[in-house]
Amino acid sequence: MAATQEEIVAGLAEIVNEIAGIPVEDVQLDKSFTDDLDVDSLSMVEVVVAAEERFDVKIPDEDVKNLKTVGDATDYILKHQG
Amino acid sequence: MAKIKPSKGAPYARILGVGGYRPTRVVPNEVILETIDSSDEWIRSRSGIETRHWANDEETVAAMSIEASGKAIADAGISAEQIGGVIVSTVSHFKQTPAVATEIADKLGTAKAAAFDISAGCAGFGYGLTLAKGMIVEGSAEYVLVIGVERLSDLTDLEDRATAFLFGDGAGAVVVGPAQEPGIGPTVWGSEGDKSETIKQTVPWTDYRSGEVAKFPAITQEGQAVFRWAVFEMAKVAKEALDAAGISAEDLDVFIPHQANERIIDSMVKTLKLPESVTVARDVRTTGNTSAASIPLAMERLLATGEAKSGDTALVIGFGAGLVYAATVVTLP
Ligand SMILES: CC(C)(COP(=O)(O)OP(=O)(O)OC[C@H]1O[C@@H](n2cnc3c(N)ncnc32)[C@H](O)[C@@H]1OP(=O)(O)O)[C@@H](O)C(=O)NCCC(=O)NCCS
Repeated sequence: MAATQEEIVAGLAEIVNEIAGIPVEDVQLDKSFTDDLDVDSLSMVEVVVAAEERFDVKIPDEDVKNLKTVGDATDYILKHQG
Repeated sequence: MAKIKPSKGAPYARILGVGGYRPTRVVPNEVILETIDSSDEWIRSRSGIETRHWANDEETVAAMSIEASGKAIADAGISAEQIGGVIVSTVSHFKQTPAVATEIADKLGTAKAAAFDISAGCAGFGYGLTLAKGMIVEGSAEYVLVIGVERLSDLTDLEDRATAFLFGDGAGAVVVGPAQEPGIGPTVWGSEGDKSETIKQTVPWTDYRSGEVAKFPAITQEGQAVFRWAVFEMAKVAKEALDAAGISAEDLDVFIPHQANERIIDSMVKTLKLPESVTVARDVRTTGNTSAASIPLAMERLLATGEAKSGDTALVIGFGAGLVYAATVVTLP
């Protein structure tokens, strides 16, 4: 069953918490991964790999750089989840 | 049909000694910053690397290998004449023929040991170890020297931001010999040639010779793609090697992954859920990525500093250009 927007944000929050140690409540749609959440380009790859597993999506390398905010990632997953 | 007598090998094989050679010149990040727009902080945070060693003219692939091998032979407590095979893994020996392994076998004083080079990038040590184990168990050699050696500084484009800070030079060697108990587990290895473009030499030598390209060939990579492959796929391969050897994360004493980038190491440790008690090799900080040499160099350092001890159970995994990989569980010498 496809995940809802709330479920995706909650899932991303857990992933970001696990990888970068950021409190889950800080992970909001408008937050930038690199500027607000301390997720650098390599941690972002780890976030993407974890999100792919969790939400059954494929996020190719060339799309990763367009996912600047939690909202960008959530929209991407909503649109592409299997 | 005439009956062919089979060869008779040892029941098992294990690593009996290890040795390393690090070039005398230590190169801090400041030197790298002379040719690329970067910072010490960026290099450390993205790779863990603080310094690396670069070889001088005398520190050739053969010379570094002989130094490292001499130490490994002494550590194993055998003499060079007992060595029946010399396997050298390298991608940075610039004289293709003859194999550098023959010169090394001769200068070490082996008794005409079988000697050959292999090309398996950063997985070269695991590939060599697997061949050595096979030779010993099958009976075509009693002791085999496995050498990983690189002068990657010769293949580094110092103006390439993605690689200039990454590579280093050095040699690591182990002596593999007969054992009564298994000292080298099953190898989980393979290749993914469909990803050959992600780490490669820029152009063939022939293009450089013909003047088609002016710049000496270097190693380039798609950093993000390699990072993704390493943290995702290689953690799985490492787990398979543990399973194949019947070793749980709790049984493990030491983890020696290829020293490519400390961020890859951190991620693997997390994914594999290695307990705090497992000693993790982080030689990359002061050695950089030395490809085939990185695992034996890291092994040698852990044993020299006392962070690991003889008899410890260690998971080793190499991965890199090909793409290729090899993982196995070993008993430390
Ligand atoms: C090489 C590696 C550290 C680069 O990190 P990365 O996050 O992929 O780097 P990117 O090229 O995506 O760049 C990310 C950002 O850092 C910047 N950057 C890239 N190289 C830089 C450098 N040397 N110094 C400073 N900044 C750099 C980029 O400009 C970019 O900035 P921007 O987001 O403001 O545009 C990393 O990809 C890696 O180590 N991969 C694995 C490589 C490996 O181990 N290979 C050998 C396997 S055998």
